[in-house]
Amino acid sequence: MHGLAFDIAHFLAGGMVVASFLLLYQDRLYALINVFALHSLVLALAVGWQAAIQGAHHLYITAGIALVFKAIVIPVALHRIVRRLGIHRTLEAVGGVGRDMLAGTGLVALAILVMLPVTATADALAREDLAFALAVVLLGLLLMVTRRNAVSLVIGFMSLENGLVLAAAGARGMPLAVEISVAFSVLIALIVIGIFLFRIRERFDSVDMQAMDTFREERRR
Amino acid sequence: MPLSLLLGLAMALLTVDLHAIAASRRKGCSHRVYGVSLTICIILLGTALAHLLGDRTPATLTLPLGLPWLGAHFRLDALSAFFLIVVNLGGAVASLFALGYGQHEQAPERVLPFYPAFLAGMNLVLLADDAFTFLFAWEFMSLSSWALVMAHHREPANARAGYLYLVMACFGTLALLLAFGLLAGPDGGYDFAAIRAAQVTPGAAALALALALAGAGSKAGLVPLHVWLPLAHPAAPSHVSALMSGVMTKVAVYGFIRIAFDLLGEPAWWWGGLVLALGGITAVLGVLYALMQHDLKRLLAYHTVENIGIIFIGLGLALAFQTNHMYANAALALTAALFHILNHSLFKSLLFLGTGAVLTATGERDMERLGGLIHPMPWTALAFLIGAAAISALPPLNGFVSEWLTFQAILASPELPQWPLKFLVPAVGALLALSAALAATCFVKAFGITFLGRPRSPAAAGARETDRYSLVALFVLAALCLLAGILPGLVVDGLSPVVSMLNGSTRLTAQSSQPWLTLVPVVDVKSTYNGLLVLLFMAISGTVAALLIHRFASAAARRGPAWDCGFPEASPATQYTAGSFAQPIRRVFGSVVFQARERVFMPPPGDARPARLEVELPDPVWDRGYAPIAAAVVALSTRFNAFQYLTIRRYLSLVFGALVVLLLGMVLWR
Repeated sequence: MHGLAFDIAHFLAGGMVVASFLLLYQDRLYALINVFALHSLVLALAVGWQAAIQGAHHLYITAGIALVFKAIVIPVALHRIVRRLGIHRTLEAVGGVGRDMLAGTGLVALAILVMLPVTATADALAREDLAFALAVVLLGLLLMVTRRNAVSLVIGFMSLENGLVLAAAGARGMPLAVEISVAFSVLIALIVIGIFLFRIRERFDSVDMQAMDTFREERRR
Repeated sequence: MPLSLLLGLAMALLTVDLHAIAASRRKGCSHRVYGVSLTICIILLGTALAHLLGDRTPATLTLPLGLPWLGAHFRLDALSAFFLIVVNLGGAVASLFALGYGQHEQAPERVLPFYPAFLAGMNLVLLADDAFTFLFAWEFMSLSSWALVMAHHREPANARAGYLYLVMACFGTLALLLAFGLLAGPDGGYDFAAIRAAQVTPGAAALALALALAGAGSKAGLVPLHVWLPLAHPAAPSHVSALMSGVMTKVAVYGFIRIAFDLLGEPAWWWGGLVLALGGITAVLGVLYALMQHDLKRLLAYHTVENIGIIFIGLGLALAFQTNHMYANAALALTAALFHILNHSLFKSLLFLGTGAVLTATGERDMERLGGLIHPMPWTALAFLIGAAAISALPPLNGFVSEWLTFQAILASPELPQWPLKFLVPAVGALLALSAALAATCFVKAFGITFLGRPRSPAAAGARETDRYSLVALFVLAALCLLAGILPGLVVDGLSPVVSMLNGSTRLTAQSSQPWLTLVPVVDVKSTYNGLLVLLFMAISGTVAALLIHRFASAAARRGPAWDCGFPEASPATQYTAGSFAQPIRRVFGSVVFQARERVFMPPPGDARPARLEVELPDPVWDRGYAPIAAAVVALSTRFNAFQYLTIRRYLSLVFGALVVLLLGMVLWR
């Protein structure tokens, strides 16, 4: 039984890393949002499985939050934002899929190399979980660094946060209050970011970060 | 219990502060603030005096303030009682002076709220018994004095002085913070009792001593950390200058004594050498700087640097003797240093207050525009003269006694076993002698140019004698200078509990039992000094000489027009000036130490321009020490300035890159 439970947890956490890779090369915003919903769904499953095998019932709440908010509410909201901004047809120039994939692979290797020696005394489940979680966080950062569209930055940030929740679920004894507050902070971040996106568009006629950068350059001179 | 009384009074000063904040613009507030400060200082002075001369058992008190696991520890022992006397004596006299002087203040709302806070901060530093409370009070003192320096902040020079002061104060506190961190050790025993009990390794102790020297030395004005002092002390109103120069530097010395003699354990032999060498250099450089100055308040501030050097010479000697367990000699050196601390607080306050009176009367600080003030301001001139004679170490005044005691300690140095010290101490003695002689020269200049001769400007010609409060304050200090000079034995006896506390309970022999109030530091076959006899001799010989001159010479003298050597109607500008007085010294020492250059510009025949003599006086400490640091900071921040204007993606990439590099480092390092 232990072997199978471990394998499923391993599979789900690995699934998150795969979903992060999927995020890296989506050049359409709808596709990006959909993959993010998948990412969150896998997270909900992974956390739910952890709850089952750890016997930690409060993790079900975390899984529920992930499922309801991250897999449903936030993607739907982002869909609406994209439609209202009228950028659903935009193709984002993702420079060099191969390059990003290679970099991502390197980051996963790095995450494993960092985490496995550090957590030598922890149990195997937590070790794998933490290594995958770090990989998800790093991939989220990579997404944020390589994208220019503000909506893509939001997705990158949210996927990074998913990695943190995965780490929290793997490490036993994380209080529920912390998880709930993290979930809420993400929700509030979404609201704030949503408002800001509209404000930015109002002012610059674009949500491309480059437009803001040129504006800053002008201010500087 | 005296300690809670002292703390309560310090708190009362802060209450006065609140009143000053609320009512500083109203009429009469100045009188109330200074009056209450005066009263509180006198009570604090009395309490500390009673403790030092009375039972002297250390009292401790812990209040539930500050860090929650530490609390605020306070302690009153002989050392803090002595320094409380110094601080509150200075505070009381400055408050008394300010009762009159404060009326002329143009911006009382910038001075009144900070003045009692400054006094309270200094008192709290002396009472603190744990590192946190000490540093908190220390910073409180620094910041309130900074606010007082910035009282007249519209003048660009004052703003620059304030900035430099703030930077140096931060540096000093940082050094002290690190010193206490080293002393407290990894367990964080920050109260002084735990630090005393803890044993630190010799390396850590040496580092802590160096840091304490840097921290306390930057506040006291030890070369090369003195640069802020001659700028900041004169920028404040005069009674505050007196407090900063006469009293706050002593609080800094207290910090050093507390760490070096009380908290640190057994000293290593080179500590004393280091302190001695720094003290000697400070003394000579301070007085040389002072000689080149023609701004009266800045000259006095440079003299503070010199006197701090003399105090540190005494402390260094005491450390050197203590290393070799020669406690009798160490007691002599410590007594000399503590005595000089008291003396310097007396005469430096006196001189700064006298300068304040001159400043009120004329609005001038530049000596080249003063002169002849002895006629309109005879009492101020007399008090200033007494202070000048005292700081020049002329008998029978107090400055002589403490410098003489320092020399007695220096003369005992051949008994030291370490050869480097055997060579160093006489050299420092020579530096001390040089600085004493130069100080006398400097005060001949300061007094002569300011008070004698004829007025060099209309402002000096229209001067009036200062008010009564100020005169009383001046003469209280002048009388104390004289009393400490002719009755030094009593002062030495008063200091003995402090000395025995710091010196393994060895002290000088009691002086009050000596016949004729003679001062006998070691044994009477070696050297003795009797201020009373010197005073008597000077009074008698002076009177006889005056009588003889009046009898035989003056009667035959004619009164003629002054300065009339074939040049009638001479302008006051033909008088000897401060610059001309200092010129020989500048040529002898300035060309070596400061690389002073003189250039004569002689116009060619037919050119109508006047001939000019230009003196260039660079400051080597600033040019070699501070200017490169400032340039490096500016260059570095210009480089990093670009980071303020990056795009969001760049910032994200920086964070990402840093994270990846750190993780890689972690992987590779394991």
